[in-house]
Amino acid sequence: MTPVLEEQRALTVPTAPHTGVAVDERAARRTLRAQVAHLERELAEGFVAAFPRVGLDWSVPAPGGPRLLELGELERLRDDLAQQVARARRALAARAAEEAQRRVLLERMLLEPRRHKWVRVTRAELGEPGCGAWHVRPRLGLIGMLMGWWQVKLSSGCPLARGSRPSATPPRAR
Amino acid sequence: MSASADAGPALVAGTVAEAVRAEFPELALLSVTVPARTGRSTRDVRRQLRLLSDRFRGAQAITMRQDPVPWAYRVFFRHLGLDPDVQRTPIEALALERLVHGGLRSRGLLDDALAIALFETGVPLWALDAATVDGGLGIRPAVAGERLGRAPGAPPLAPGCLVVADGRSPLAVLCGALAPGHGVTPASREMALFTVRVAGVTAIHVEEAFWRCLEVLGTR
Repeated sequence: MTPVLEEQRALTVPTAPHTGVAVDERAARRTLRAQVAHLERELAEGFVAAFPRVGLDWSVPAPGGPRLLELGELERLRDDLAQQVARARRALAARAAEEAQRRVLLERMLLEPRRHKWVRVTRAELGEPGCGAWHVRPRLGLIGMLMGWWQVKLSSGCPLARGSRPSATPPRAR
Repeated sequence: MSASADAGPALVAGTVAEAVRAEFPELALLSVTVPARTGRSTRDVRRQLRLLSDRFRGAQAITMRQDPVPWAYRVFFRHLGLDPDVQRTPIEALALERLVHGGLRSRGLLDDALAIALFETGVPLWALDAATVDGGLGIRPAVAGERLGRAPGAPPLAPGCLVVADGRSPLAVLCGALAPGHGVTPASREMALFTVRVAGVTAIHVEEAFWRCLEVLGTR
């Protein structure tokens, strides 16, 4: 009997007495803040890497402040940041795959315009800045279309937002 | 910046409430009191602003959030519960203004000096009328019923909101708006310049920001 009792005593896990004192969460909050900082760095890297692509979402909701955040709020912030980083990476990877496909298409258009009639690839679809586009069009219009003379035309950049220049003379009052 | 006459006025470290310091051990508030300078900027200051503006490119605005000091303030905003893409950090707000308006617009000597220091170092500075500051500045959470400043109709503050306060009342929201009636005016004789140093921002960046601002103001 004695060895068994001794074994039972040895297996007993001592439990902390319940004193009602709150556990110091400061270390946990510090760890969470370090994780938030790390994720903010990753989000910033993704944001920079994604440029000039538009339409990707980088926003992460904030609990509101400025104030000292509770442990739960920091956890939510950390989780939201982590999810947003993962989401942004997935979206960026998908966009990069689409861009690669469009690049292949552009190369084929340039090699064989006749087989890609009227196909249009924009700079945005290639992940490039600007408003230009490669467009397979017939040379000399209708004649080229009938003769099968096709070429890739690169359009110029973005249209000016407010015309080329302000009018030299003010509009005549009615 | 040392206390010697050659090096200019000495920086004074403000108090940080124990509850705040426990969470942000590296957080510091630094201030300096100097003669007030207001009015239009000189031609030289406007030229400096223009040069800074011309040297700034869109690519810098994009990559700015990866730079150590702007990143440190972005992280600090996150830690405070602010979204830096909604409530922009001071340097990002200034960079955005530069892009939107095609340049940094002169708004008077003091604002231009603060903008030049911010643009060159990434460290934001704020200015208060020293006559309206009672005692040393410090960072602490607002308590229930407190208002932002002592002017009639001062906006109420939410309890726990982190503020920069003197011995009597909050004078500014931390990294945010100044209290109405406490800003520098042409009638101000002295002004208290202050900054909030956060983790990741070195002392030399902070000193450089003060040094640059005082140099532009001509008080150095």
